[in-house]
Amino acid sequence: MSAIDEVVTEAPAVEAVPKRAMTLGTGTSLIMLGLLILVPLFVKNFIIFQLTMLLIYGLAVLALNILTGGSGQFSLGQSAFYAVGAYTSAILIEHAGMNYALTLPIAGIICFGFGFLFGQPALRLSGVYLALATFALATAMPQLLKLGYFEHWTGGVQGLVVTKPDAPFGLKISQDMWLYYFTLAVTIAIYVFSVNLLRSRSGRAFMAIRDNEIAASAMGIDVALYKTLAFGVSAGITGVAGALGAIAVQFVAPDSYTITLAISLFLGMVVGGVGWLPGSIVGSAFIIFVPNIAEGISKGLSGAVFGVLLFLVIFLVPHGARQVAIVGQQLFAKLKKG
Amino acid sequence: MTAMLNVRDLRAYYGQVQALHGLEFGLNEGSLTTLLGANGAGKTTTLRAICNMVRSTGAIEFDGASLAGRSTENIVRLGIAHVPQGRGTFTTMTVEENLQLGAITRKDKAGVVSDIERMYDHFPVLKERHTQQAGTLSGGEQQMLAVARALMLRPRLMLLDEPSFGLAPLVVRDLFKILGKINREDKVTILVVEQNAQLALELADTAYVIETGRIVMSGNAAEIANNEDVRKSYLGY
Amino acid sequence: MELFTNQILAGISTGAIYACMALAVVMIYQAIDHLNFAQGEMAMFSTFVSWQLMQWGVPYWGAFIITLAFSFAGGIVIERLLFKPLAKAPILTNVAGFIALFAIINSVAGLIWDFTIKQYPTPFGSHPFLGSQLISTHQAGMIGVTVLLLIALFFFFRFTRMGLAMRAAASLPESARLVGINTSWMIALGWGMAAAIGSIAGMLIAPVVFLEPNMMGGVLIYGFAAAVLGGLTSPFGAVIGGFLVGIFENLAGTYIPGVGNELKLPIALALIITVLVVKPAGLFGRPIVKRV
Repeated sequence: MSAIDEVVTEAPAVEAVPKRAMTLGTGTSLIMLGLLILVPLFVKNFIIFQLTMLLIYGLAVLALNILTGGSGQFSLGQSAFYAVGAYTSAILIEHAGMNYALTLPIAGIICFGFGFLFGQPALRLSGVYLALATFALATAMPQLLKLGYFEHWTGGVQGLVVTKPDAPFGLKISQDMWLYYFTLAVTIAIYVFSVNLLRSRSGRAFMAIRDNEIAASAMGIDVALYKTLAFGVSAGITGVAGALGAIAVQFVAPDSYTITLAISLFLGMVVGGVGWLPGSIVGSAFIIFVPNIAEGISKGLSGAVFGVLLFLVIFLVPHGARQVAIVGQQLFAKLKKG
Repeated sequence: MTAMLNVRDLRAYYGQVQALHGLEFGLNEGSLTTLLGANGAGKTTTLRAICNMVRSTGAIEFDGASLAGRSTENIVRLGIAHVPQGRGTFTTMTVEENLQLGAITRKDKAGVVSDIERMYDHFPVLKERHTQQAGTLSGGEQQMLAVARALMLRPRLMLLDEPSFGLAPLVVRDLFKILGKINREDKVTILVVEQNAQLALELADTAYVIETGRIVMSGNAAEIANNEDVRKSYLGY
Repeated sequence: MELFTNQILAGISTGAIYACMALAVVMIYQAIDHLNFAQGEMAMFSTFVSWQLMQWGVPYWGAFIITLAFSFAGGIVIERLLFKPLAKAPILTNVAGFIALFAIINSVAGLIWDFTIKQYPTPFGSHPFLGSQLISTHQAGMIGVTVLLLIALFFFFRFTRMGLAMRAAASLPESARLVGINTSWMIALGWGMAAAIGSIAGMLIAPVVFLEPNMMGGVLIYGFAAAVLGGLTSPFGAVIGGFLVGIFENLAGTYIPGVGNELKLPIALALIITVLVVKPAGLFGRPIVKRV
């Protein structure tokens, strides 16, 4: 072909979220927290279960936000880490009789390791190529889970049933409600951790790498370390989410963790606003509720309705929920003045 | 002589930052004008505003017709060729393909072929390298290619953004000689934005000086060259 | 040894499918610098349209040509309506758009033509090719058409004005505008051409994998992988990549123990990624030099 290399001066593929705007203001955060604590007290168990799933997928989207919005690495493979977390928890609870709460940090650490390891070969890949590699991971995972070698542990194609925990100390609340508040506590802890991570030196290193990898490395940032670290942290959080998911759904099976889940998480990240951590819950709400709405509108064309709704969202707010929040902030400021 | 290009109250913005603050100037047909100024004064922004490559307000008229609301490619098709900063050469294509691209909007095949030959006459080094990838050419050669490509449009007006950048003085001298020739013989009106004030003032007949987004001086190039302030700020003596 | 050669040849035959799809992928990548996830679905839809025309009595080649034109126009319409508005939006938002398009097309096709498998005719017949047991006349036809397409594309890009303009618009959009090229239209045309090439791929593949709305899922991924392997800037690389992917897939299925049909895909992808780790720009791609 040609001897000339293609010279590219690239704008960063993932745009930066200005530091000021990275989280919600104190007022809004408190309102959100209040809602999250109080609403479950007034609704039925099934709704509480859905809210629990909202938090769980929110965590998974948050993890993706750290990886893509934070360090600029694409991943269509989060479903693999979610699956590993889920199965770790299920196996430990059912085969080793471990307390469900203990399985969370273990799932997190195992997935952190898994993600860190996967980050190594991923170092040489970026953009489209990394997307393809993570895609391969996501498609491989259900098949690996079905493999005969592991069937004794994983339950093969049928998967494993997971026992739902009771509220501790004999508290008189339903299992669903206990699980919700347990998940809420974990979510808040991880959210606070993530916000602090992105504000820390490591976070700044992530963002320097996202914005301009070559410049970052020229400044002395150990790009390899931080990139794999980002993968590890992201995988770890996704693993915890997966573990919580296994407990909430009471069931793990290979076909629950397909590429569709990975794509849904990706869409959740975009709808919420890439790199904007508070948006994770908006994205999570989108991927949980909109498909149901679509099916409600038209059973035969549910996929098409979903696609149309998705287009509407990205036409109106190409930058996701973050854009809505900014507009809201500006309106609020104008109202305060006038 | 009528003003071929008329710029009035031009304000240009990069996002929230305003780079031009009400620029006003005109270019007479057939003139060779230079726009001088320090780094960041707004020279490049002016050229980009003319071609609608940057957000701007104000009135820009070419041959009496307003350029407002036209896309860059439509402005080019009116006969304005722009040699951008950094030259904008299609490095992965051959020299000859670059010249063909300059004429891509023209319908007269025979005219294009003969114009390519004329470019090779103006710039013999391009003929030598005409099947080479443009990215393998030296800086000076790429600059000549960029000028030749602009000429392939058979433009009425040619805008050049710092053509001397990164080139050796002798090469710049040659290039400017050719620009003068093109202005006189092919009757192309030229606006050259330059930091190299000395050569630019020798070449041009008219000059403007821009400072922080405003024109601060205008007139005959020789007069401007003799101006005390200009000599101190831009000519170094 | 004979098994090995047979697997290679079989791989080349199936690889023709991926090569054709990979050409469409590279085509759109040249135009818009992204990969369009919905391309497989667009190809599937076009194939259904041609099938429907044949159901209504239109002869094969008539249906083929009408479908080609329809796909070209359809690609342009989709770009103008759905993706031109997203031109200034971030890349990831555009990717979400591709996913949305995928969902819409897949769902609509399922509604119109349902999910039962249909037979799709081939103009090349399905007898053994030159008496060989390994390659049928249809597969030979697929390889032939793919090679013809490649040559046609080569001529288009290298020797026509439009091809030159499209290359310029993809290479340096700002400079292209400065020579008067309407870069926005070049993108629309790129979509049209990619849709047309995709429809050809679909119409060639359907006789082998049978016509149904989910037929292109695996093919598209292999097509992407092949395009990436060959180097996203090289149509020739895409075709070679396609054949190589077909070979990888077959060898993996035959020689790696425990690999059933389901694991073939991830293993083939893993092999490709290994190549990429060694040669990040693909086998025939131009190494990309990034300037800070």
